[in-house]
Amino acid sequence: MATVERDEVTGVDTTGHEWDGIRELNNPLPRWWLYVFYASIAFSVLWWILFPAWPSSTGYTPGLLGSNQRVELDTRLAEARAAQAVFLERIAAADAAEVAADPELLQFAMAGGERHFKDNCAGCHGLGGAGQLHYPTLADDAWIWGGSLDAIQQTIRHGIRNEDDPDARFGMMPAFGDGILSRDEVTQVTQYVLALGGQDHDAGLAASGQELFELNCAACHGEGGDGIRDLGAPNLTDAVWLYGNSPAEIATQIARPQHGVMPAWQGRLPEEVITMLTVYVHNLGGGE
Amino acid sequence: MNLIKHHGKIETRASVLAILILITVSIGGLVEIVPLFKIESTIEKVEGVRPYSPLEQVGRNIYIREGCYNCHSQMIRPFRDEAERYGHYSLAAESMYDHPFQWGSKRTGPDLARVGGKYSNDWHVAHMVDPRAVVPESIMPGYHFLLEREVGYGDIAEHLRTLGMVGVPYTEEMIESAAADLHDQAMPDADYDGLLARYPKAVVGDLDGQPDRVTEMDAVVAYLQILGRMVDFTDIRTEDILQ
Repeated sequence: MATVERDEVTGVDTTGHEWDGIRELNNPLPRWWLYVFYASIAFSVLWWILFPAWPSSTGYTPGLLGSNQRVELDTRLAEARAAQAVFLERIAAADAAEVAADPELLQFAMAGGERHFKDNCAGCHGLGGAGQLHYPTLADDAWIWGGSLDAIQQTIRHGIRNEDDPDARFGMMPAFGDGILSRDEVTQVTQYVLALGGQDHDAGLAASGQELFELNCAACHGEGGDGIRDLGAPNLTDAVWLYGNSPAEIATQIARPQHGVMPAWQGRLPEEVITMLTVYVHNLGGGE
Repeated sequence: MNLIKHHGKIETRASVLAILILITVSIGGLVEIVPLFKIESTIEKVEGVRPYSPLEQVGRNIYIREGCYNCHSQMIRPFRDEAERYGHYSLAAESMYDHPFQWGSKRTGPDLARVGGKYSNDWHVAHMVDPRAVVPESIMPGYHFLLEREVGYGDIAEHLRTLGMVGVPYTEEMIESAAADLHDQAMPDADYDGLLARYPKAVVGDLDGQPDRVTEMDAVVAYLQILGRMVDFTDIRTEDILQ
């Protein structure tokens, strides 16, 4: 082991180590660094005293400040609620119609509704309720289950065809391809449905389809095919097609219908949020 | 200071250094980890947390296989912004049967701890096949192949038994009916009574739109739909779940 020497140029001792003739200076740590290091040790001791820190066999030292993240969250949420209480309390106490009629509450509900819509609804119904194939547009006036404030609120609360809520809206179209209608008959009804919607169709097939329609479909979709909301049977005479408007898509929907499912939001979202969402959706364009 | 000057005596003897490092690290581990096994409040006492059903468990394995945790966390922290966006913060109890847990540490996509019940099964299938079909701004890759791959269930009973060894309370009944449960949960019109008695709140039926097959898509949807739904938070107060 080499011995410690004093370096002539810098006047600093070497460490005494030597590797292949290379030696290193034993410079002290920078003072500022050393002091920060000592300060952080002192800080940690202070932290141990003030905050939950040391575990024991049955618990832990709670710290002098009594800090607890979960309690603190409650405080923060309560603070946030208190800041908005002037509106939220009034919305909670009012029904959707009263909120919609009060300009001040309406403004608050639209802003709050938009933010909750983005979080919870836009995944299916698109931003601004634009909708997409299989997921209804909420910004138009073609409503499957109704577009009044009450109807919208009920849909949001209980959802559609979900297993969780016994009050969910429920409408099931039978699979007409499973032994009710033959292939040819499905084609005829398809042509009639095309005619109902004002699309290109085969008049001959549509004429025989009309009879089948009145026999099989009119009970839910109405004599004229304009839909019955209580049953969730959509209007077939407009230009809005949830599952597509091509002959193939319509035939598939007759033979083996698809049914959309919407979750129930009651319990998942607070009541005043559901009210805000109701007012927001109602105001997207097609509220009745 | 005298001791510090003599550090050379330790540092030049590798075996002494190794032993002293081991002792130091052990103290840290003992002090930090061991009390957690003893502290009563480490795992909150809440009702509803159950082992995953066989199909959910398979879905969980696929979730891990596909690296979903690289972009999705399953840990809602007790902060206001998270509570307002995702719902109630995650409890330790909710992942006590997770081996390994999927808390994650990165959110390229949203947290999934409470995704169960938020979307319909059809939405999940559409989203997994092509995320941009339902969420235009999504950057998630598509997992359409899950629809093609059928789930094999020859070893599911052994799988549950193994999880039992590390503390997941699968009963003999659960293990015996594992293969049948795995199959039935994804079948429309099966008899779900036993399954739902063993695994309450499990989502049953034709989950992936292919009624005659049990695919990996069925499994992933079943798993996603149970996330965050086991514990009913309506009557839980903060003081009951303080850690």
